[in-house]
Amino acid sequence: MLVHSRAARLAHWTLFLLLVVPVFALPLLMVVGASFADRWDGALPSAFTAAHYADLGRGQSLDALVTSLSTALVAGLAALTVGGWAALAARGSGRRLRHLLDGLFMLPLAVPSVVVGLALLVAFSKPPLLLNGTTTIVLLAHTVLVTSFAYQSVRAAIGRLDPALEQSAAGLGAPPAQVLRRVTLPLLLPSLTAAFGLCFALSMGELSATMMLYPPDWLPLPVRIFAATDRGALFTGAALAVALIASTLVVLAATARLRTRASYR
Amino acid sequence: MTAVGASPALTPAPPAAPAPDAGAATRSGLRFQDVTVAYHGTTVLDGFTLEVAPGEVVALLGPSGSGKTTALRTAAGFTTPLRGRVHIGGRDVTDLPPYRRGIGMVVQQYALFPHLRVEQNVAFGLKAHRTPRAEIPGRVARALEMTGMGGYARRYPRELSGGQQQRVAIARALAIRPDVLLLDEPLSALDAQLRSGMLAELARLHRELPHVSILYVTHDQLEALTLADRIAVMKDARLVDCDTPRRLYRRPGDTFTAAFVGQANLLPVAVEWHDGSVSLAGAALRGAPAAGLAPGDEAVLCIRPHLVRLGAVGGRNALAGTVADIQWRGAGHRLLVDLDTGPRLTADLGELRVPPLPGERVTLCFDPEDAVVLPAAGEDGADG
Repeated sequence: MLVHSRAARLAHWTLFLLLVVPVFALPLLMVVGASFADRWDGALPSAFTAAHYADLGRGQSLDALVTSLSTALVAGLAALTVGGWAALAARGSGRRLRHLLDGLFMLPLAVPSVVVGLALLVAFSKPPLLLNGTTTIVLLAHTVLVTSFAYQSVRAAIGRLDPALEQSAAGLGAPPAQVLRRVTLPLLLPSLTAAFGLCFALSMGELSATMMLYPPDWLPLPVRIFAATDRGALFTGAALAVALIASTLVVLAATARLRTRASYR
Repeated sequence: MTAVGASPALTPAPPAAPAPDAGAATRSGLRFQDVTVAYHGTTVLDGFTLEVAPGEVVALLGPSGSGKTTALRTAAGFTTPLRGRVHIGGRDVTDLPPYRRGIGMVVQQYALFPHLRVEQNVAFGLKAHRTPRAEIPGRVARALEMTGMGGYARRYPRELSGGQQQRVAIARALAIRPDVLLLDEPLSALDAQLRSGMLAELARLHRELPHVSILYVTHDQLEALTLADRIAVMKDARLVDCDTPRRLYRRPGDTFTAAFVGQANLLPVAVEWHDGSVSLAGAALRGAPAAGLAPGDEAVLCIRPHLVRLGAVGGRNALAGTVADIQWRGAGHRLLVDLDTGPRLTADLGELRVPPLPGERVTLCFDPEDAVVLPAAGEDGADG
């Protein structure tokens, strides 16, 4: 919408900020505020301290951060591999199989993550498939939950790919594996990194399925935040939350940078 | 001016019906033998037989949906024929995947790899063909020099104009030194001026690569007439005519070819005698006779607009009528005349000092050897 008068533009911005700030920005700012709070009596913290952050660099908090980052990395890469592969396979297959794959990968989106957690718990609690209480079952749950997003975004990107490019490559003498390696994947790189970023962020914040599955030695950050707030240590939880947001943002920024470089080539 | 096209020995004319013995394929650049392609029950290419000799340029000319691109894609291996065989360099490639056919191909939108520099685009095929690493830079440079793109090796495709991308696409296709080059409407994305320039470039490239067989798909008759040694005219999934541009232009086999290769006046006539005598609503005319027409048959007299003259010379093939419209077209006048015998005739004349006005009576004439008597439409003389 084109707004020409200065007053109208001002009114638009005011309305926008009034709507967005309380809903999106303020709660996040409050978390940051709480992470530095020593006491909180009124509307704003009454005394400040950096003590909550002192714990982050050591012990259980650091472990939880490393656990979350490793889980998100493994789940993101696994989802990208499985989802991307399936999306590439879907393109080459018949319509019926394609619909089946679409439906299959839509399923984890439609089913609540608690149910996915429960399903994995039930499925892998008896030998020979005994994964209950292992790290693997957490990684598996995260992968299952985020693969749909990888599949959907790679599938959309493949749809936009000009088939003439791959045909030209084949015409120039490149066998299918070479076409995939030298043409298809490089062209999909921006979408692949975007898909990875999305999967990573989703995995970093996953709580409900993780709560049902995590073993004592594999506590991701969201579980720790929940535990801290549950026992009333709200400010410690806030500091952990800020660490979660910051580490996710750093990884997202890195993938975005990779993506920009890829698409400028 | 005589009918030059009457000489049949202008090009290495292929056998009209390729012999099925093995020896027939040895000298062949590209050969389609009774190729039929169907999608979901619809036949898009029907019994297509065509041979492109080594060093020959054959243009596949036809309206959209006539099957010409399907024929090209079948040669490239992107479409599997229901029936028939495709040979390249004497080898049956029908069941080979595209990457094992060794063809060069340039498509309408060039399909340059956007993530690779120009030199990497050109080197792509060489790497795929496992060319020794030391040879690649030299061959890339030569291919780019040949198309005048030597100075653009480090650019990305998006940094090039349409014409430049076109040249890179041709360089990329030629770098692998194919025996067969397939061009799918390569000039259709260029503007008119660039197109005529590229047409001359393609003709020059072909002179520099005398062994390469070129199959050139186009719907532009000018491109086909300029570039091709032979033109294969396609209609409704079938090959309807195939001959040298001159013969197709001067002696088209049917009304479709006559109207599609150049402009034509098509006058409905009745055959009077085997020697090409016909009558247009009682008026006696003469043209070069087509085979297979008997006296009494309905036929069509085809005369090119630029071969029609104003005035009656010797009284033969004279047609009187009223000027319906006159257009000045820079180099000359175009006259649209409603003949007394019925149909409207178009005449492209040189610039007239005193052009007739609409409504004025005029007499037009043409030489009998410039006109062709063809079977009436609907009886396509399909020789493919």
